[in-house]
Amino acid sequence: MTAIGKLFRTTAFRLTLAYLLLFALFAASLLVYFAWNTHRLINDQITTTVDGEITELSDLFARRGLRGIVFAIENRALRPGANLYLITTPAGQSIAGNVSSLAPGVMATTGWSETAYRRLDDPDSSNHRALVKVTQLSSGFRLLIGHDLEERRRLFDIVGDAAKWSVLIVVVLGLGGGIFVASRVLRRIDAMTGTTQRIMAGDLSGRLPVGRSGDELDRLAENLNAMLERIEALMTGLKEVSDNIAHDLKTPLTRLRNRAEEALARSSNEAEYRAALERTIEESDGLIRTFNALLMIARAESGQARGNMDNFDAAEVAEGIHELYEPLAEDSDLTLTVKTATAPLHGNRELISQALANLVENAIKYGKPAITDENSDGAGAAAARDIVIEARREGDQVLLSVSDHGPGIPEADRKHAVERFVRLEASRTLPGSGLGLSLASAVATLHGGELQLGDNHPGLRVTLALPAAAAEGLAGQTGNVPQKSA
Amino acid sequence: MVTETHKIHSESDPQMRLLIIEDDRESADYLVKAFREVGHVADHASDGEEGFALAESGDYDVLVVDRMLPKRDGLSVIGGLRDKGNRTPALILSALGQVDDRIKGLRAGGDDYLPKPYSFAELLARVEVLSRRQGGPAEETTYRVGDLELDRLSHGVTRGGQELILQPREFRLLEYLMKHAGQVVTRTMLLENVWDYHFDPQTNVIDVHISRLRSKIDKGFERPLLHTIRGAGYMVRDGMK
Repeated sequence: MTAIGKLFRTTAFRLTLAYLLLFALFAASLLVYFAWNTHRLINDQITTTVDGEITELSDLFARRGLRGIVFAIENRALRPGANLYLITTPAGQSIAGNVSSLAPGVMATTGWSETAYRRLDDPDSSNHRALVKVTQLSSGFRLLIGHDLEERRRLFDIVGDAAKWSVLIVVVLGLGGGIFVASRVLRRIDAMTGTTQRIMAGDLSGRLPVGRSGDELDRLAENLNAMLERIEALMTGLKEVSDNIAHDLKTPLTRLRNRAEEALARSSNEAEYRAALERTIEESDGLIRTFNALLMIARAESGQARGNMDNFDAAEVAEGIHELYEPLAEDSDLTLTVKTATAPLHGNRELISQALANLVENAIKYGKPAITDENSDGAGAAAARDIVIEARREGDQVLLSVSDHGPGIPEADRKHAVERFVRLEASRTLPGSGLGLSLASAVATLHGGELQLGDNHPGLRVTLALPAAAAEGLAGQTGNVPQKSA
Repeated sequence: MVTETHKIHSESDPQMRLLIIEDDRESADYLVKAFREVGHVADHASDGEEGFALAESGDYDVLVVDRMLPKRDGLSVIGGLRDKGNRTPALILSALGQVDDRIKGLRAGGDDYLPKPYSFAELLARVEVLSRRQGGPAEETTYRVGDLELDRLSHGVTRGGQELILQPREFRLLEYLMKHAGQVVTRTMLLENVWDYHFDPQTNVIDVHISRLRSKIDKGFERPLLHTIRGAGYMVRDGMK
């Protein structure tokens, strides 16, 4: 019952019902119109014939008297399929004609009327009806002439039958079609509902069935699937973040706790306590930094930072970062140079600056060339110490890259290197949270681009490949990096 | 930490009256105590309504406002004060440390924004800079510290009458430090105000810039003017003062 109830409540079924009613009304009104017009046509025909005969016979009566008219009526009444004829005396007594009985009172009033009758030549027939006209002749004789209505009745029967059958066919076909369409739709909707319930129950890998017809339900299913894909990716990301937080923040937290415990147990003088406390603060600052970086990545990945986007030139970002890091590179015995061409971007300047800063910090930390005979002296050595920041436009992409001549990352490790907290074997001894590349990658994804790790022959070239903004977006925006007034 | 603050506090500053609007009892007690220990006067309000009433009636130099407060949100407190024409500088403390939250805070009428967790040294430095801003001298065209002079119009810098050649960014760095001469300026304050970046670098990038600037303004002179304040930041000050 509930299945049928569900079927009847579907939109498809209700629409079918509405159309059904509409079509039935349409068919009925068509038939009514047809019947009414036919009725009028038949009546017109009868009245014309009857009127004609009355004029003729009245004329005969006037010229030849009673005998003449009786003779004519007797004659005409004998023809097969003839009209009805009756002539009576002023007292109402029948003189001639083919009518054996009439509804009472018909002869008493002159003019048109409809009546049941019986013919003389067919005394058993009942239920015959006729349209008759009674005329008063001179000297009190009355003349009745009429026409049988059997034809009309039969026509009405046909129309009535047609109406019955057509309504029946419309209803049966309509209901059948409605149930067919509704159940088809319902089956697909039920399949979708089942899948969504499984997904809500926690199975995020479920996908809605997509048919091949490409209709509106398929399009809906495709879009919902794309949405589920995104949700699953976000959930996986979230799970990874929480797993990583649990895993990688617990280690430094444990270290922190152990140190505090040890200081409490072993320290004997103020200087030792102080040193332990200082280490504790240092360690917690590192934790805070890691935590901030994780939050930043999560925000970039979830798309929350989209609200803060404007148009700017990536070249300015590259120059700004170059300016900030150039002294640091020099202190590390490296040279940091910048090559820029106008590269319009639409995005979050702060995040892109930070991503680029992370790449430059990585290059300064890890991009020192290995000392070999080839580059240990002379011009080769100088070139090998060069870290290049480059901003340029290529087609509809803006490429922001940082290249160094350090050991690089083996091709097999590159994909892995972008993951959170991954610190390749060679770098484990240097400080850092292991989140720099992950953040840069998340920022690239946020802007609809990607982070590419490539070979610099030798060394590493990391590129933020971002979609370029329309050039006119930069109008009036080409000034220097805005500075907050100090 | 509290005992450490004597060292990081800018001793030349006059006493400040502070209002701390913070609902967490322990944080608030810590702040009140820490500010008192460095010689300032600090009052405390534990919810937005009380904070608004106190800030409106009291004569404070700086408000330290937690963003999320019971009864009335921190941003609404600041917005309400600004609407009434109260311009007391306000520093917003917030657990939401991201760029757009900071922008929202500044737009609501806050003067500075510090994400939690913060170090007291950072908070103190920022509060002292804010306080100086209020009722301080109008923007001067020349800053002087000892025999160091910076002309903000001609971008000329001299020490003892001798001209120093600075890069544009070094000039801005020195300008910011001299504007807040006698006050501690932290690394993040420099990164924010001189470079307009709001992220923490994982490296000592600011220290390198400072040491370059120091080599230009202090090298070869008897008295250093650019001091490193351990655990806090930097300060430009005439050492003999």
